[in-house]
Amino acid sequence: MIDLIQASTYAADIDNLITLLAVLTGFWFLAAEGVFFWLIWKFREKPGQKSQYLVGKEKHVKRWITIPHALVLVCDVFIIVGAVQVWYNVKQHLPEADSTIRITGQQWAWTFQHPGADNELDTADDIFTVEDLHVEVDKVYHFKLESRDVLHDFSVPVFRIKQDAVPGRSITGWFEANQTGEFDIQCAEICGIGHGIMAGRIHIEDANTHAAWISSASAATSP
Amino acid sequence: MADTVVDVHHDAHAHDDHHHGPSGIIKYLWSTDHKIIAMQYMFTGMAMGILGGYMAYVFRMQLAFPGISVPGFGQVSPGEYNALITNHGSIMIFWLAMPVLIAAFGNYLIPLMIGADDMVFPRINRLSFQIFFISVLVLLASLFVEGGGFGGAWTSYPPLSSEAEFNLTNLGSTLWLTAVALEFVAFLLGGINFITTLMNARAPGMKAYDIPLVCWMIVIASILFMLSVGPLIAGAVMLLFDQTLNTGFYDPARGGDPILWQHLFWFFGHPEVYVVLLPAIGITIEVMATFSRKKIFGYKMVLYTAVATGVLSFFVWAHHQFIAGIDPRMANVFTITTLLISVPIAEMLFVMIATLYGGSIRLTTPMLWALAFMAEFLIGGVTGIFLGASGADIYFHDTYFVLAHFHYTFFPIAIIGTFCGFTYWFPKMFGKMMNETLGKIHFWGTVIPFNFIFIPLFVLGMGGQHRRIYNFQHFPELAGPEMYNLRQTATIALLVMIAFQLVFFTNLIMSLIKGEKAGKNPWKANSLEWTTESPPPHGNWPPDQMPVVYRGPYEFGHPDREEDYWPQDEPA
Repeated sequence: MIDLIQASTYAADIDNLITLLAVLTGFWFLAAEGVFFWLIWKFREKPGQKSQYLVGKEKHVKRWITIPHALVLVCDVFIIVGAVQVWYNVKQHLPEADSTIRITGQQWAWTFQHPGADNELDTADDIFTVEDLHVEVDKVYHFKLESRDVLHDFSVPVFRIKQDAVPGRSITGWFEANQTGEFDIQCAEICGIGHGIMAGRIHIEDANTHAAWISSASAATSP
Repeated sequence: MADTVVDVHHDAHAHDDHHHGPSGIIKYLWSTDHKIIAMQYMFTGMAMGILGGYMAYVFRMQLAFPGISVPGFGQVSPGEYNALITNHGSIMIFWLAMPVLIAAFGNYLIPLMIGADDMVFPRINRLSFQIFFISVLVLLASLFVEGGGFGGAWTSYPPLSSEAEFNLTNLGSTLWLTAVALEFVAFLLGGINFITTLMNARAPGMKAYDIPLVCWMIVIASILFMLSVGPLIAGAVMLLFDQTLNTGFYDPARGGDPILWQHLFWFFGHPEVYVVLLPAIGITIEVMATFSRKKIFGYKMVLYTAVATGVLSFFVWAHHQFIAGIDPRMANVFTITTLLISVPIAEMLFVMIATLYGGSIRLTTPMLWALAFMAEFLIGGVTGIFLGASGADIYFHDTYFVLAHFHYTFFPIAIIGTFCGFTYWFPKMFGKMMNETLGKIHFWGTVIPFNFIFIPLFVLGMGGQHRRIYNFQHFPELAGPEMYNLRQTATIALLVMIAFQLVFFTNLIMSLIKGEKAGKNPWKANSLEWTTESPPPHGNWPPDQMPVVYRGPYEFGHPDREEDYWPQDEPA
């Protein structure tokens, strides 16, 4: 198995939900396949033996279906509760932001608008980059996701986050990185012949490195 | 049309009379016999399946060995890659699964299994295939026009699909959309026929619960298709207008909304999964009952769960759009409805497994296919739960995990289901038995490589690999050697699987030429198609020997009888 780093605060929640799903569905899968293959073996054709005539109407026979039926429903409830909890945390509720960035997709590149030294978006000291997103570790970021042309999708696998960018809309989401490093950003929605080259990198930096990057980038872009 | 006049004199028989009609090839092209139309659909669908498989071969080679010159194609450009994946998906669903599972088996089986001499509207039936055939030609044409085939994925999301400046395939995308629309027209006409025939043309004595389940499944699927396709046709017309007349239905700059298309598409697209699933389950059930010599454990339970699945499938569409920018509260509703659908589907599979209990199981080639359908479809079913759970779908959406999941549903449906039905009814269709040894070699040579293709793709998806990416070298985390090993494993398994398909076609041709004579009822099955000659004559039974039904189709192993089967038409 490919071990993927959990680099955001909610990555572990999503992974735990996936583990819960794996355990529950794994149980049903193994149980069903086990019974299935056992029956094929047990009731293989034997000379001189006729098959049984079972109608399946009696209660004690029917319960082989009704009990699993009820158990599947119970498992569904657990899964729904787990899924909704994670969904609410990642997508539906928005924690207070330490900083806000704007992410713009276009055929076939990502543009990132960082708030700059004043930590305010849409001011004169904003830093624009293509392909490289710089964020500080342990800070809550809101992102405003936009598109200039077709659908794109901002996906950072190590964060477990994914969101479509829709032209004409600005979609707000959030993330908080919990370790430093440099990771892939993928476009996860087909966007034309350059979809496969629409790559980005996210640079998660500690406070000092991030401050240093802001000042060097500001110096580079200021007139 | 010579037969138009003749038909007037035959109000006692629904089928058109061909004895005085044109002969030779024209007779087959313009036939209104449901069996010939079924064969037209069957072999057109299989030919399209070969084309879809060839496309898979080309893009899998590119993914495993980026940049190589693929034998039989050449180097794959990004535009060609997109066109290949788009048309592979479209062909396998619209031009393989639907024509074979619904149109071919529906046309062949429904009249024979309910004891009718033909469909109730034979000429609408012929029109259905002719429109379908035109749709094939339009789709093929779309691959060769200037700019190449459409490359916006089979889901065809605007604005990429609606504006030529974005997709760069001005003609290809319009022709693709036209082909899909024509295909829908063909299946609407076919669906009218299936439903009406099942309701009105049953043999005397055949009550609703005496109908073989595969007929019910095809009819329920046709009803689902007819109910769900309307919104998509409306959406497709708007998309066509956006493409050709420069309207702005999906253009936000002019007051449109790209997400509207997704709702209309998936309102159709999710029921569509069950449209192809139910006939495949129906075929599997027939084969499992016959070769385990068992009555279906719960006939009505299968029927009711099929209807419940169908009804629920209209309320789950937005699980394809969790991260598309819809209101996040909607995801909670659709998670609940999506997970609820696991209940009827699981129950249907439990019933099928329980049917084996107490049987006398014969592992013939069709039975192996039926059992493989169950074993493999279960994997597709349980992995679907990961994607229906909104919280987990944030990560899995549009990864190879999704791709592997739906191939574990569609491969059992479209490939295993087709081979299951084809090998089971081959003796009836052509009057010859297929070779069992070759059949089993083909079976294992298909099912084992299938798992070696898609299990690696599950792993790649969990590792964060997204779909529809032409070349992973631009993503450092996806370009490692262990990732390439998995991709190459999948591609090599695909090559092995494709090679084994030659065994099938060899078996098919050899059995047609010198197969053992089949007789009326080689499998000792109960339903009505086994009471007539193999292959059945025009009109299915001699007019004075139309069958009468006395019991249900699954009376196997009855304690009062010496034989372990009891044909539906045998008087008590």
